[in-house]
Amino acid sequence: MSAAGPGAEPSLELSIATKGLTKRFGQQLAVDGVDLAVPKGAVFGFLGPNGSGKTTTIRLLLGLATATGGSMRVLGEEMPRKLNDVLPRVGALVEGPAFYPFLSGAANLRRMDAADPYGSAATRRARVQSALERVGLTHAADKLVRAYSLGMKQRLGIANALLAPRELLVLDEPTNGLDPQGTREVRSLVRSLAADGATVFVSSHLLAEVEQICTHAAIMSAGRLVAQGTLAELRGAGQARIRVLTPDPGTAAQVLAGLGLTATLSPDGHTPGGTGFGGSGSGTDAALFASLPGAPSAAPPGAAAREDAGSAQAVAPEAVVAALVAAGVRVRGFATEQASLEDRFVALTGEGFDVVQ
Amino acid sequence: MLCALAAIPVLISVAVRVSSAVPPGRGPAFLDRIAQNGLFVGVTALVVSVPLFLPLTVGVVAGDTIAGEAGQGTLRYLLVAPAGRIRLLIVKYAGTALFVVVAPLVVALTGAGIGSALFPVGPVTLLSGDTIGPGEAVVRLLLIAAYLAVSLLGLSAIGLFISTLTDVPVGAMAATVVLSVVAQVLDALPQLEWLHPWLFSHYWLDFGDLLRQPVSWDSFAVNALLQGGYIAFFGALAYGRFITKDVLS
Repeated sequence: MSAAGPGAEPSLELSIATKGLTKRFGQQLAVDGVDLAVPKGAVFGFLGPNGSGKTTTIRLLLGLATATGGSMRVLGEEMPRKLNDVLPRVGALVEGPAFYPFLSGAANLRRMDAADPYGSAATRRARVQSALERVGLTHAADKLVRAYSLGMKQRLGIANALLAPRELLVLDEPTNGLDPQGTREVRSLVRSLAADGATVFVSSHLLAEVEQICTHAAIMSAGRLVAQGTLAELRGAGQARIRVLTPDPGTAAQVLAGLGLTATLSPDGHTPGGTGFGGSGSGTDAALFASLPGAPSAAPPGAAAREDAGSAQAVAPEAVVAALVAAGVRVRGFATEQASLEDRFVALTGEGFDVVQ
Repeated sequence: MLCALAAIPVLISVAVRVSSAVPPGRGPAFLDRIAQNGLFVGVTALVVSVPLFLPLTVGVVAGDTIAGEAGQGTLRYLLVAPAGRIRLLIVKYAGTALFVVVAPLVVALTGAGIGSALFPVGPVTLLSGDTIGPGEAVVRLLLIAAYLAVSLLGLSAIGLFISTLTDVPVGAMAATVVLSVVAQVLDALPQLEWLHPWLFSHYWLDFGDLLRQPVSWDSFAVNALLQGGYIAFFGALAYGRFITKDVLS
């Protein structure tokens, strides 16, 4: 238990490591050969569209369901063989909170703590009190859970995960149903937990949230792990791109081609997830997009640049503008856009609104 | 639920009190004796509740054990706590067993209480013809309650097993109660006589031996053995099922 002291220097030690983790329900592969690697001390964002197998993976990790294939280690121990040794060191919020509606919040937590054989009865009251305090529920501790709002139940669920000092926290959609204050509090809570040396594994489909709090992330799609790495790596793998607003798209495309860039035309100036200059009154203007290989802002130093742009020359955005203007293209707008996690996410998991089968 | 059970003897004694004359030979056993001796309210209430009321409440409690937690979603948190699957199963069965002990006790004691309040209390004539005092009679009443508690342990084990099969507590409760009724129906069919000694409900009403002087423990022992078999068998099934169950609720 003492191995994970706070401030342990970042090493290759993994809090969660799975190899070919697979879960089959009848004909359907819910989790298909997932190799997760969650470094110790990381705040790990576990992303994926609805129905992509996130919660099933979490159930497997916590021993609630048995894997069809593959192996996993949690906190260095083999699972599910060492389940009863590992779980007391893990705090979890799985698929929303669940409590006995006829008991008060504090009574619910005391009951859950009693279920943990390591939960000492002598310190129970104090630990419940401090867990409630941490999620801001002290004033509602003696209220029946029946009378709790969704957000309050969510907070109580997080408090339940914090009943004892944990080395790993698995939080499935922790900000679900929370008000903006609650969301902020959860964010700072996650940061403070990570600062104490705990590994936090957060599943979410809220990309903005993950971008704000996570150091690492993985993306699931249709049961497969399609990307995994530090946040910077994930973002960097998607390229920066330029956006040109001009009434002369043909000429502009030629100029861009001359620079080795492939331009795509989007007549309505719409860009998925872009922050650009929509609605600039350009009835005749067309927007051109081109990805920019080796753009200077693509990735912070040290991050592995994985894009297949090895052959392309690095082109500075200002050089593109100069070339366009020199060719007589009427440039009415120009912007470089850093690929966001959302772009990357959509690129990996598809645009459609349909739940993946 | 215990209140509902306690209401049965109250209902019986009030009904007898109000209607005054009960012709002998009609209604449940001992009903005609109540007006002469209040202690019989307890026995009558137990006899009345054995076929349906007691199995019903036991079915509700046993069916709710695992399925209720699963339906509510608290099962996953108990397991992650980690409560341990075997430990959880044992605690749940112990809880059901406690209810099974308390339920007939409540009926018997409420019966004796309300009976002695509304009717005269006197010496009781046993089936063997001997007469015992009211104190001894209460002991016999408690013995009957204990006999019924043992009788219902098998049904609770069945309910526990059914409860591990589903996430819908009402389904598990209903299935358990239906099984207890089916067993009693089968027990009433003479064509299936070979099956009767194996039915968990077969000895439910055989507590007459406890009303003899001296007490004959034969039926108690046979019943306990049968119920023990049911506990072992369905306990093992519940264990086998629950230990490998994917908790997806």
